[in-house]
Amino acid sequence: MDVSHDTLVVIAKTVGLFLLIAMFLAAVVYAFWPSKKAKFDRAARSVLDDEDGPCR
Amino acid sequence: MVAALTVGTRVLALVILGIGAIVGLAMAVAGAGQAFGVHGWIVLIYCLVIAWRVMLQLDAPEPSPSRLRSYYDDPIKMGVVLTMAWAIVGMGFGVWVAYLLAYPDLRYDAAWTGFGRLRPVHTTGIIFGFGGTALITTSFHVMQRTSRARLAGEFTPWFVLLGYQLFVILAISGYLMGINQSKEYAEAEWYADLWLLVVWITYFTLYIRTLARRAEPHIYVANWYYLSFILIVGVLHIFNNVALPVSWSGSRSYILWSGVQDAMMQWWYGHNAVAFFLTSGFLGMLYYYLPKRAARPIYSYRLSILSFWGITFFYVWVGSHHLHYTALPQWVQTLGMTFSIMLLVPSWATAANALLTLNGAWHKVRDDATLRFMMVAAIFYGMATFEGSFLAIRGVNALSHYTDWTIAHVHVGTLGWNAILIFGAIYALVPVIWRRERMWSPRLVEWHFWLAVAGTVIYVFSMWNSGILQGLMWRTYNDAGTLQYSFIDTVMAMHPYYMGRAVGGTIYMIGMLIGCVNIWMTIRKAPEAGYLRDMPKTPAGDADDRRVPAE
Ligand code: HEM
Ligand code: HEM
Repeated sequence: MDVSHDTLVVIAKTVGLFLLIAMFLAAVVYAFWPSKKAKFDRAARSVLDDEDGPCR
Repeated sequence: MVAALTVGTRVLALVILGIGAIVGLAMAVAGAGQAFGVHGWIVLIYCLVIAWRVMLQLDAPEPSPSRLRSYYDDPIKMGVVLTMAWAIVGMGFGVWVAYLLAYPDLRYDAAWTGFGRLRPVHTTGIIFGFGGTALITTSFHVMQRTSRARLAGEFTPWFVLLGYQLFVILAISGYLMGINQSKEYAEAEWYADLWLLVVWITYFTLYIRTLARRAEPHIYVANWYYLSFILIVGVLHIFNNVALPVSWSGSRSYILWSGVQDAMMQWWYGHNAVAFFLTSGFLGMLYYYLPKRAARPIYSYRLSILSFWGITFFYVWVGSHHLHYTALPQWVQTLGMTFSIMLLVPSWATAANALLTLNGAWHKVRDDATLRFMMVAAIFYGMATFEGSFLAIRGVNALSHYTDWTIAHVHVGTLGWNAILIFGAIYALVPVIWRRERMWSPRLVEWHFWLAVAGTVIYVFSMWNSGILQGLMWRTYNDAGTLQYSFIDTVMAMHPYYMGRAVGGTIYMIGMLIGCVNIWMTIRKAPEAGYLRDMPKTPAGDADDRRVPAE
């Protein structure tokens, strides 16, 4: 199969662009989803005191 | 350490080591008279030595089942010692190569003392030996603590740690004998590559299985970085090493790719080795040890997630900036350059996140050299990524490529960021794992810190000067329109800077040796903390027996 340079450029400028934007938005939405805040805060604190269990 | 394994595990270990020894013997016989045969002997001896160690304690009594309720730290202890051993080997060869460049006569007649064979021993010994062992060791610590779960299995951690050591030993002993497939950072030949693949897949499954046992609902971000490191390095390793061996009894093989495709594959691998080995994995280290040591949660957890996706996603596109002005299509070069510049955003977001975590705790940074190691590492990380994005611009690269400027950039990253972070992490880790109050001598940590910073600065400034001077001399024309300087003029001009680098490296190495002494004395002599901290407790403070895992 031979893909010409022009075809690649078209794909990059259309699908590529929107794909990148979509992926960026997905990451932003995940990181800033309001109900996740409590979970993230807890996770950030969880490492501070992890030497005494519970360990399974 | 063997006595802490069940008898079944000890027997399993002997079986696997027996198989390894047979394979080694077969290699030694089939490749008799060649370097491949020597590798067979190395495999055989390696397996036998470990088997002997297991044998010594084969009859020791079964360990108590209560151990399953605490973290499994034995492989971490071994890993710390191995990391420092590789630091001695890797930096030792680095210093040697540095003096060799300053004094090219500093060699014997033997082929193995040539620059071409010693240099990859430095790069592989230090990146894969020192850096890789540190990554595996700290990941064993981080995955257990952040999951509040014991490592999944007692055999696999040893298999991963010791199997990986065998890979690095095969790689560097091969270079000294002239076995080299001529791909930078992937010089090892096909059989070592296949072995690494086995080890790596085991490592990945061990990580996933440990996370699956976790008691925490959310997977802490450090684990994301470690996992992306393992996953992507595995993928890169496979693609860059699909080679056909010439025979089963020799080391030579031919790679499937050819021409510019091969070059692109190599630097896609090469840069992502930087990205996922020397950056992603190390960010996992940073995101765990820095908040932990500062006793403050990371400044913005959300930012850490965003920069995670930014870094993982952008990095995989930038390999082509190593191939500016080559046969690679221009647009691929431009693509790599563009993504390299965008990469600065998540990189600096990460460095800023680390430094802002310390904001308000600067007194701790002042008093605690261990924390200072980590802070300085974050600063050097910011510098290396800024410089990298700059060097990726085609016009700048025209000046920097092939010069010592690249070497300066490399060692801002590796000395200032990777190695200094490893030292910080180890100084935080050793007292915890060996249950000591603190390191044996905080003053020696302080000494190590200043020697490391001084060594890095001397090294890097020498190479910046050397590189830019070299680049400019190469492109200076005289009135007649021909080159002003002959090549040997530029070589002579480098000499003082090569001396500077060698001195900087020596200083750095002395600091590291002081660190080794301190770690050794901590293990032997530092006052014990009189408590077993990772035993689960009920609210009343009694040992909690309900949580005996099914394993
Ligand atoms: C004691 C400290 C060190 C010294 C004296 C040293 C010295 C050197 C020398 C002389 C070279 C060859 C440069 C050339 O070919 O012109 C080199 C290359 C290299 N070193 Fe080091 N090094 C040290 C520490 C490290 C550390 C800690 C790392 C990694 C964690 C590292 C990674 C590398 C890499 C990746 C290269 C290859 C660079 C390239 O091909 O562009 N070095 N080093
Ligand atoms: C935003 C991040 C970064 C970018 C865009 C970047 C870019 C570059 C560029 C353009 C080169 C020179 C390529 C050439 O002329 O051949 C280079 C070389 C190199 N960089 Fe970076 N860099 C970054 C971060 C880092 C970090 C954090 C390290 C960690 C230690 C590192 C390690 C290296 C190494 C080892 C080489 C030498 C490769 C060789 O052997 O030629 N880089 N980088």
